[in-house]
Amino acid sequence: MNVLEVRGLGVDYQSATGAVHAVADVTLDLRRGEILGLAGESGSGKSTLANAVARLLRPPAAITSGSVLYRRRDGTEADVLALGPKQLRAFRWKELAVVFQSAMNSLNPVATIGSQIDDVLRIHAPDLSRKARAARAAELLQRVGINADRLRGYPHELSGGMRQRAAIAIALALNPEIIIMDEPTTALDVVVQRDILHEIGALREEYGFAVVFITHDLSLLMEISDRIAVMYAGRVVEVGTARALRTAPRHPYTEGLLRSFPRLRGPREELLGIPGTPPDLRSPPPGCAFHPRCRHAFDGCADERPALLPVPGGEVACRLNEGAGADTAAREAS
Amino acid sequence: MIVLEGRNLTKHFTAARGRWGRRPPVRAVEDVSLALRAGRVSALVGESGCGKSTVARLLAQVYPATSGDVLLRGEVVRAHRGAAFRSYRRQVQLIFQDPFASLNPFHRVRYHLARPLRVHGHAKSDAHERELVAELLERVSLTPVDQFMDKLPHELSGGQRQRVAIARALAVRPVALIADEPVSMLDVSIRLGVLRLLEKLADESGLALLYITHDIASARYFAEDITVMYAGRLVESGPAEALTQAARHPYTRLLLESAPDPDRVTPRERQRHGEPPSLADPPGGCRFHPRCPVALPVCSTTVPGRTELGDGRWTHCWEAAGD
Repeated sequence: MNVLEVRGLGVDYQSATGAVHAVADVTLDLRRGEILGLAGESGSGKSTLANAVARLLRPPAAITSGSVLYRRRDGTEADVLALGPKQLRAFRWKELAVVFQSAMNSLNPVATIGSQIDDVLRIHAPDLSRKARAARAAELLQRVGINADRLRGYPHELSGGMRQRAAIAIALALNPEIIIMDEPTTALDVVVQRDILHEIGALREEYGFAVVFITHDLSLLMEISDRIAVMYAGRVVEVGTARALRTAPRHPYTEGLLRSFPRLRGPREELLGIPGTPPDLRSPPPGCAFHPRCRHAFDGCADERPALLPVPGGEVACRLNEGAGADTAAREAS
Repeated sequence: MIVLEGRNLTKHFTAARGRWGRRPPVRAVEDVSLALRAGRVSALVGESGCGKSTVARLLAQVYPATSGDVLLRGEVVRAHRGAAFRSYRRQVQLIFQDPFASLNPFHRVRYHLARPLRVHGHAKSDAHERELVAELLERVSLTPVDQFMDKLPHELSGGQRQRVAIARALAVRPVALIADEPVSMLDVSIRLGVLRLLEKLADESGLALLYITHDIASARYFAEDITVMYAGRLVESGPAEALTQAARHPYTRLLLESAPDPDRVTPRERQRHGEPPSLADPPGGCRFHPRCPVALPVCSTTVPGRTELGDGRWTHCWEAAGD
């Protein structure tokens, strides 16, 4: 059922003043074929987490703890963090592909779109003939909504939205099981963003890959994700189905985020916002990192860090909900 | 009371003669009229490249308009340099998107705020200057004041920097403030506070505020009226609530449908909407007609005039004109 299992993952950035725990003790499952939204503000560790899973971290970042397990359809497993250079090469693109926010700028400006898709196919699928590769490249472009005659075009001839589509086409080239999308539409206009999101949804239905969709825009995630994980100061504070998070957010941070962005429809409800500023990860607050900004904080919050515990519809790390989790566990046991 | 007004503003950027001869001008802004009233927040909404920042710079006299006028309290101004520009800048101030780029990393907060006070002659003495700086910091809620005064930009968060930028704009005691995407680089949890601050300033100090954004949902909450711009032209305007709840122009409707909305109930339709046109060679007639679902034959030939819809609403659309 799970295609990826992250257990207790920790990532530190080494700095002159000591280690910064960018990602701490993250445990997260990615189910086959789902869209998992990863929400959080800048510095919450969401991109670092994605890069760790894709093995893209470079010093000064280093994985300090935890494991990442990848499960193939045939039942075999791979420990992603232990892959050697050769295995890693086979793992990337074929099993896990990444689309970055700046993907539209990551295309080679002096090579045609076609040759860049061809590169990926030539290296990772050497048994394909030249003709088969050309046909596949044309097919991929059409799948993402670009006319196949653009194969001979250069990146500068395409608009930002088209380049982002081309980057998605390259990610799809080898039918990966997982695609990590790190703010893939943030730099695009809303109308173009909407079209590309439709495209991603349709492609997912067709190919059945799982998506980790990273963005700070919670309202966007609510609409497109199956499940959402909310990160704060390097930790997952709440996981749940998109519906559960929208209708009944349990962590005060999730609730604050939800009531921070203005809505287009319905009554103009009052926006609560979140007071204060995100924590400095060099010296995070003790206990629950959110407690200095939390409107429900009580004395115990600063003393002990709450664990991520199961609640109906997901998991949450907040002491206000510790009772709720116990109830469910009892109910499930009986 | 109308403080700042643009009348039929047009801006064409001409590129220098290049290796392949003269390139066509970029028609960035075409026939834009806009009025800012004292104590009121008006929003200008549009996608990137639609010319909304160009309108801001025309209003701020950063560069001259190709045609059309900017009026400050009903008088035409042309103040692009020298003393006239400085005196204009005392009345109309700008706030930019990127608070990481708009503050000098080598100077403390105190310097950033004291400088406009000196240049524009508001500070009488060092003690008076300090007092004014403290007052400014208080107005943008950077308290305790003493602590923030001597900080360097890198010691501040994005939201705090943007507050310093706002305080700096206020230092000259302007009558109009143009905020060009003031919160789009800030974290979601921080945005609200900065927008509330701008709203409060307009309300308390009687500032005329132009809030330029791509986010129509935030315009619904923070502006009293919204003007929508597409490919260099205005397409629709009206009171914020009426416009967002019952848009008249097909482009405004597309913008509203495309905005992320967790409450959306309609199923995902699969339709490609295309992309905005190049402003070097914009389509004739209504610039939205190639993407418009209800385009009429006349739309591709003639620019639609303004159709008044009552209650302060108007639109440029042939479909609305026909009713």
